[in-house]
Amino acid sequence: MAELTLRLWKDQVSHRLMILMGLMVLFLGFFIGGGLLARALPVLQHHHWDQLLFSSQWHPTQGQFGLGAFIAGTLWVTFVAILIAVPLSVLTAMFLSEYCPSPVRLWLKPGIELLAGISPVVYGVWGMLVIVPLVRDYLMPFFSEHFPFFPFVSENYTGFSALTAGIVLAVMVSPLIISLLEEIMHSVSFGMREVALALGATKWQMVKTVVLRKVSPGMVAAIILGFSRAMGETMAVLMVAGCAMGIFPHSLFDTAYPLPALIANTYGEMMSVPLYDAAILLAALVLFILTVAFNMIAWGILLYLENREA
Amino acid sequence: MDKRKIEENFFKLLMIFSTLTVLGSLAFILLTILWKGIPALSWEMVTQSPKGGYYIGKAGGVLNAILGSLILGIGSTLLAIVLSLPIAFYLNLYLQKKSRLALAIRFALDVLWGIPSIVYGAFGFTLMLWLKIPASLLAGMITIALLIFPIMTRGIDEVLKMISSELKEATLALGSTRWETATKVIFRQALPGIITAVLLAFGRGISDAAAVLFTAGFTDSLPHSLWKPVATLPLAVFFQLGTPFAEVQARGYAAALILTAMVLLLNILARIIGSRFSRHIIK
Repeated sequence: MAELTLRLWKDQVSHRLMILMGLMVLFLGFFIGGGLLARALPVLQHHHWDQLLFSSQWHPTQGQFGLGAFIAGTLWVTFVAILIAVPLSVLTAMFLSEYCPSPVRLWLKPGIELLAGISPVVYGVWGMLVIVPLVRDYLMPFFSEHFPFFPFVSENYTGFSALTAGIVLAVMVSPLIISLLEEIMHSVSFGMREVALALGATKWQMVKTVVLRKVSPGMVAAIILGFSRAMGETMAVLMVAGCAMGIFPHSLFDTAYPLPALIANTYGEMMSVPLYDAAILLAALVLFILTVAFNMIAWGILLYLENREA
Repeated sequence: MDKRKIEENFFKLLMIFSTLTVLGSLAFILLTILWKGIPALSWEMVTQSPKGGYYIGKAGGVLNAILGSLILGIGSTLLAIVLSLPIAFYLNLYLQKKSRLALAIRFALDVLWGIPSIVYGAFGFTLMLWLKIPASLLAGMITIALLIFPIMTRGIDEVLKMISSELKEATLALGSTRWETATKVIFRQALPGIITAVLLAFGRGISDAAAVLFTAGFTDSLPHSLWKPVATLPLAVFFQLGTPFAEVQARGYAAALILTAMVLLLNILARIIGSRFSRHIIK
């Protein structure tokens, strides 16, 4: 009898501990947000929030902390990255899920997942060695000669630019988008495909009218996830985006200075100026809120879809 | 030719082109790192720590960063396992399949996984200020553990989901408690998958730089104390590329090659374990 009590006791104790850990997971997000907010409060009390978020005056020594240019830089670089990554990822996922013979698929999928495992710093190195010269010597001269208007005009001839960062980020986030999309596409029922084929559709017509229509909410979710992943990338962007202070980016070829790069760059100096560290943690908080919001929307869609299927 | 056929072939070509672009960039990255890294790779690089004047081109290596990354990675992976295993078992054995709490926890884990590593770094920094820990191996370990435990938990969770519920029901019907079912039966069944998830998380832990920038700091000496800063490979690459000297930059490429080789080996090992050792598992 004593043995049984011991066994039940173990079961109960482990159960309680697990409940605690489960609750910790639920509250960790609030804890992170709260911790960042607590440290960012001093600067929020000193300055009005719209000045902090929308002004581009960033002069820590004079007590001016406008994150506007950095937020714009983040969105600009991420937008470029997504514009490149989405068509590539959708087409690749379609190929893997619909057209590719399954032995080939078994080799391609791990290959693409390997791409996701490479260190961000290594992407940065690759960007500096390959993409920076590509942009500086080929893309920039070509576009400024043939398309001298809005997103292509710039005075920055270094090759370290928003476009460079966007290309590197696109390569970094496409594995994530591809594997999510491929999984969703693969789960579309065969019955539905067969109906379309039986009605005389070609394979592409079937993919276009059945698979794509069925996965479009999932596709939106995958793109949002890719967007938020690109938004938070730090080291690779820091190495190739140029990161010059101060202005809203006006061109693909202008330098950009996104929030994560700002946070990483000020490491070391931020404790020396009053309110500086609070402003940096405010930048982290902004990034946190943006990524959490995007992730909640995307995973909400995906969970909803999964439950609808089941 | 039929218009539909042309459309079909056009899109098929586009798809093959994009797949080749994506795979080509993987090959391109690996080749670039090999091509730049191999000439600078030497025995000295992996067996010595930086000597005086290393960053202006004098002798030394990145042993400090290699060991630092391994120790930091192993420590944080162990911490993350302590969190991940119980939560994954809780989700699959203790909670009902349709439980709202399970749904909420999985959702929270997915969202946590999406938080950028630099934000974890900043949060780790606030924790350090709060707990009065200096930038150190310990602070780095805690931060990396927080960064990788969501993905590890979801990985183990997916493995446990695959295990047939008959097995669980049979064990419970024989009179075992849930704890015994979890530790004596399900754990063994899931072990290869669990190892895969842990190794993948470990790889993610050592390849990240943004989270350790604030929390683990950097040092030229070998890791020797939990309370002292520790060097990591990604940061070693970053700092060496930041110098204006060609020799130092070349060694940065070599360090990038070492890092990539470590991460790729881990990834491949994880997959081999996942597929090889799953043969003995009751399906």
